[in-house]
Amino acid sequence: MGLKSNLNNLKEKYKGTKMAPAFNALHTFLYTPNDTTHNGTHIKAADDLKRTMNTVIMAMIPCLIFGMFNAGYQHNLQVGDVQAVTSGFFSSEFWTLDNFMIGFWKIIPLIIVSYGVGLGIEFIFAIIKKHEVEEGYLVTGMLVPLIVPIDIPLWMLAVAVVFGVIIGKEVFGGTGMNILNPALTIRAFLFFAYPTWMSGDKVWVEGAVQRTKDIAAGANLDAISGETILGSLAQGKEMTHSVADMFLGFIPGSVGETSTLLIILGGLFLIFTKIGSWRIMLSSVLGAIAMGLIFNQIVDAGIIVEGSKFYGLMSTPFWEHLIIGGFAFGTVFMATDPVTASQTNKGKWIYGFLIGFVSILIRVFNPAYPEGVMLAILLMNVFAPTIDHYVIQGNVKKRMKRLKAKVA
Amino acid sequence: MSKDILIKKGLDIKLKGAAEKTSEKAILSNFYTLRPEDFHGLIPKLISKVGSKVNAGDPVFYDKSNESVKFVSPVSGEIIEIDRGEKRKILSIKIQADKTQTYKDNGVMNPEAASADAIKAHLLASGCWAFIKQRPYDVIANPDKSPKAIFISGYASAPLAADLDFTLQGKEAELQAAVTALGKLTEGQVHVSVGKSSNSPLAGLKGITIHKVSGPHPSGNVGTLINKIDPVNKGEVVWTIAAQDLVIIGELLLTGKFNAERIVALVGSSIEKPRYFVAKLGCEVATIIYDKGISQDAHVRIISGNILSGKQIKPDGYLDYYSNVITVIPEGDDYELFGWNKPVFNKISTSRALTFSWLNPKKEYELDTNTNGEHRAFVTTGNYEEVFPLDIYPMQILKSCMYKDLDEMEALGMYEVAPEDFALTEFVCVSKQPHQDIIRKGLDLMLKEIG
Repeated sequence: MGLKSNLNNLKEKYKGTKMAPAFNALHTFLYTPNDTTHNGTHIKAADDLKRTMNTVIMAMIPCLIFGMFNAGYQHNLQVGDVQAVTSGFFSSEFWTLDNFMIGFWKIIPLIIVSYGVGLGIEFIFAIIKKHEVEEGYLVTGMLVPLIVPIDIPLWMLAVAVVFGVIIGKEVFGGTGMNILNPALTIRAFLFFAYPTWMSGDKVWVEGAVQRTKDIAAGANLDAISGETILGSLAQGKEMTHSVADMFLGFIPGSVGETSTLLIILGGLFLIFTKIGSWRIMLSSVLGAIAMGLIFNQIVDAGIIVEGSKFYGLMSTPFWEHLIIGGFAFGTVFMATDPVTASQTNKGKWIYGFLIGFVSILIRVFNPAYPEGVMLAILLMNVFAPTIDHYVIQGNVKKRMKRLKAKVA
Repeated sequence: MSKDILIKKGLDIKLKGAAEKTSEKAILSNFYTLRPEDFHGLIPKLISKVGSKVNAGDPVFYDKSNESVKFVSPVSGEIIEIDRGEKRKILSIKIQADKTQTYKDNGVMNPEAASADAIKAHLLASGCWAFIKQRPYDVIANPDKSPKAIFISGYASAPLAADLDFTLQGKEAELQAAVTALGKLTEGQVHVSVGKSSNSPLAGLKGITIHKVSGPHPSGNVGTLINKIDPVNKGEVVWTIAAQDLVIIGELLLTGKFNAERIVALVGSSIEKPRYFVAKLGCEVATIIYDKGISQDAHVRIISGNILSGKQIKPDGYLDYYSNVITVIPEGDDYELFGWNKPVFNKISTSRALTFSWLNPKKEYELDTNTNGEHRAFVTTGNYEEVFPLDIYPMQILKSCMYKDLDEMEALGMYEVAPEDFALTEFVCVSKQPHQDIIRKGLDLMLKEIG
């Protein structure tokens, strides 16, 4: 084993130097280290943080691949090169190499920028603060390309990643210490810093922005409309996509968030592997259904009538809320981030429920922010420690009561 | 009031190398060693010097903070070496054993008739007090404080633990004498747990409350028993005694001799023929482990105690004061190519993240000492709770110990726990944090600050 012993020699050489964390990060990527237990338990279970993070990434891969096909499909559909899908999930119009290559060449750079910039910062901080490079960014770096519009300029993404990793995570002490989900911090930064690139009807389909510019410059072309369902509903327009399209994901939207089917598969995988919290996923869905039902009741009771600016989204059947926009993706992959979610099992129920509840609330009442799930999760990230505090106080009070009963 | 206790949260770690139920006399060891570090937090004051002759049961040192607590020699012989470390701290006291053993006569005592004070004085003077531990803090019991109850676990659920039904067999008389004596020292009850389907010699004893426990490890931990029966509140004290040490206490009461003999299991996947030995505490492990055990140059970890909470010792090390197991497993100081993402079939995991131990729960594994990953900050949540049956929030209490918030530690239940209660959470920890060490340091801090 030449490589193994050579790397071991290098590790010994770098030990104690500034470069040790950077070297170890690469080394442990190849080989699980030769660390042994000391006192305490002399044996350890097989899982480590790398395996945990890797499992989450595996759950996202189908969404990523689908996102590549969908990017090309949405583009070609608008340009008129392909027909709309007709025969369900495996429609031949969708799964073409042409579609895939368009998406591939747009999305791979997003991934490279996300990982390159983010991991670069992690390495720098690890060297400065002399700790090992932690694996948290492996998941964040994959989430980021999946939750941005396809046409986002790469420099914007780079700036946002710098902001998100430093302000969202490193200032709190790195992986495990952050309060806000770093991927959502990145998205929120983009959303508020560059709103024209993050919402509206020009950014969700590949080439739409460029086409608009060309038309403005006098080119004789048809405009590409790239509007999300939430965007059009918020403006009171009619729903133009079928439920099947929305569920399967043949709709415009952020790169990886469109296919509810694949997200559910990813979610089931996370639950099965015990990596993702089923409590949060389930309670979040329940919360969204609850809020959706309330709104549907309001419409049924005639309080909000057609013509009101809230009518479009409020009258959307409650279950459709679950399959449009980023709700499913946020619930499965972002709300379940263990560091920023509630950490107690009871707390997870409350936390998840409120995320679902507030997502739909924001979505309906604030047409400027149709993507309510992002803000709902960030908001609940802030409240998660408070929820935990009250859950734990329950346990503390039980102990106090026991003591009092003894004294009395 | 007997109670059946069923534990659902926990984990049975099934390992290769459980001991066959045959016991042999260990080859008599020539040297015996007492190590004050076996008694956590103790500052020893020597009574005997190098060169002095002792009988088995003669005091060798006492506790500086409580002079009545004596520690005695397990054998008769000559003290040949006292090893000191920094600041002249006593590390070990080595005794060369005589060929024929002589015992100090402590006098026979009938626990039925004796008063509580007499029993206490007898146990203190004879060296048996060291077997009585207290919670809070998991240290040797303070004789000035009377416990609200005494807890004894007669069910060993830890991986590869010595089977107490086997090791206590035929010792009913000693056990009865010991629990009768101990029962006089508390106003409360003596709670004893036995396995639900076991045939424990403890079950037939008088003057105790028997609880039948079932479920995965840590159902047999005394901490689990305390938490389910009568948790420790602030200001209260409970005592715990390991079942095998009751035999030594009982024999002392019945015969007047401190007989340090104990049945010890030699276990672990590195052992050729795992089985039981009769050995004395403090004996050299070398006489035990090399006979049909391991080869001289084997690359192994030798543990005095069980695989989750025992102490690492060297091949020329000694059986510690409280252990009835010697575990030997392979060292795991090797790299594994892509060990973090390839499917794992030969290791135990509570997740299913390409780890497949859930496919055959009956399989016995051969685990080594590799940590299977690097130390990280706490990240994942909820997985400790799956293996932690106590009514305490494990991650929160660990964190409170790390940032040393005494009020929070107290509120979250530090008075109730001992490091071994956190052995399973440490085993499953994705971040490879040293849970037992964190709890031990937290307890030490509380002992120092609150007392």
